[in-house]
Amino acid sequence: MTPDDRMVPTVSGLGPGFGDGVGQSQAAFRAVLRAMSRPGTVEALAPAGAFAPPLPLTPAAAAVGLTLFDFETPVYLSEDPAGAGSAVEDYLRFHTGAPMVAQADAAAFALIFNGLETPPLSVFQAGSDQAPETSTTVIVQVASLVADGEACWRLTGPGIDGAAAFSVAGLRDDFADDLIANQALFPRGVDVILAAPDRIAALPRTTRVEA
Amino acid sequence: MNAIENTNHGGNGGHGGNGAGGHGGYNFAYLDEQSKRMIRRAILKAVAIPGYQVPFGSREMPLPYGWGTGGIQVTASIIGRDDVLKVIDQGADDTTNAVSIRKFFVRTAGIATTEETGQATIIQTRHRIPEQSLLPGQILVYQVPIPEPLRWLEARETETRKMHGLADYGIMHVKLYEDIAKYGHIETSYDYPVRVNGRYLTAPSPIPKFDNPKMNDMPALQLFGAGREKRIYAIPPHTRVESLDFDDHPFEVQTWSEVCALCGADDTYLDEVIMDDRGTSMFVCSDTAHCAERRAAGHRGPDGDAAPTGLVP
Repeated sequence: MTPDDRMVPTVSGLGPGFGDGVGQSQAAFRAVLRAMSRPGTVEALAPAGAFAPPLPLTPAAAAVGLTLFDFETPVYLSEDPAGAGSAVEDYLRFHTGAPMVAQADAAAFALIFNGLETPPLSVFQAGSDQAPETSTTVIVQVASLVADGEACWRLTGPGIDGAAAFSVAGLRDDFADDLIANQALFPRGVDVILAAPDRIAALPRTTRVEA
Repeated sequence: MNAIENTNHGGNGGHGGNGAGGHGGYNFAYLDEQSKRMIRRAILKAVAIPGYQVPFGSREMPLPYGWGTGGIQVTASIIGRDDVLKVIDQGADDTTNAVSIRKFFVRTAGIATTEETGQATIIQTRHRIPEQSLLPGQILVYQVPIPEPLRWLEARETETRKMHGLADYGIMHVKLYEDIAKYGHIETSYDYPVRVNGRYLTAPSPIPKFDNPKMNDMPALQLFGAGREKRIYAIPPHTRVESLDFDDHPFEVQTWSEVCALCGADDTYLDEVIMDDRGTSMFVCSDTAHCAERRAAGHRGPDGDAAPTGLVP
């Protein structure tokens, strides 16, 4: 018996993942790809079927995780305010096999449950000038996302035809400052995926944000 | 002129919830899910760092390197059941490489294919960009033999990696300058180096420099896969792509004194086709779909009606 065997969670307590792993992960990936290649656009992402991630993990963020996490990607989870983080951990471990890490800058992906309590983006791995792709992708759960809505942010950069208007609720007030500092690191820097319960948007390191 | 061709082998109904989304014993689109995930992560980082070559664990494919294994792996990782695939080889839909790659995805993914540029959601290409402007939402996947634009000038990966890290592209400017000193103009006519978003020096793959201006501010997403060299890179839509040049020797594209013999187009990339043993030749559009579309709309070139069989679909 290896130490890992003893840590296998009881399957009965776990919510189901994708019903159709091949099709649903492809569809979720394309939503993430569209979001990442067109910052400021909001992509619907609400997998159908018996998909039931445990709280505080929301369906859109869970779909991103199930699509991109695996044994090669150390995942950092933010502390869950309700103290129920272990359910999410069990769920992600079981469905993706991803190792969980406590150190933010060792993570390929970080999952932040509450956008209001996002740690400074500088705590995550920014990669190096020679290997900028080794940076953390930070998935932040937010309350809502609206493209071209009552704009609070103006976005410019690759993927955007001119400028895009973008508003987000449920995110730390000074998060835009983090994004501006992050953008200045280019080609280093983290990439951010914002996940409302049923939709996502992305802010890669190239996007210039004016709050 | 054919519209979308759906050669589905009844596969779509067979995708169960057990992960067996396969066709003919293969997983959907040939690659296993873990390989796709690894490639998908590389694609996302490539999009986030426009023009930078992201290393990836290139898989062995059922065809040799040099036949588009990089492009095929990218396509296999992004394609879904609802996608419509177009594959071109030097602009043509009906050459060996294009036909076999199209068949590969019909067999392993059961997807619909098309020759019409405007109908496709994914266009995999070897060495051309279609003449017709691409649309937002379309994805252009390039097959890339040598992803490193500096490779012929500096053989060591450790050194080229440093040059990219420092954005030190002096050797490429020296190379272009030496061309001008020797020949009076820049000799490079394909794989002409570009600067993406003002930062990374990037190989556009061996497309003719005629196509370089189409890369700038393109509404479609451009993905590049190099299987043998194990690199993926990307240019997001609406991204600045500049061909390197000098103030006194601005970048220029090829021009022809002829028009397309079949459709009469004077603004497309032309191939010279040798017609007989005496060296008679005709110039025709390299983009066969575009040429056929123009002829269907009534355009005729000098040999438009007397075209030999084989050139008119």
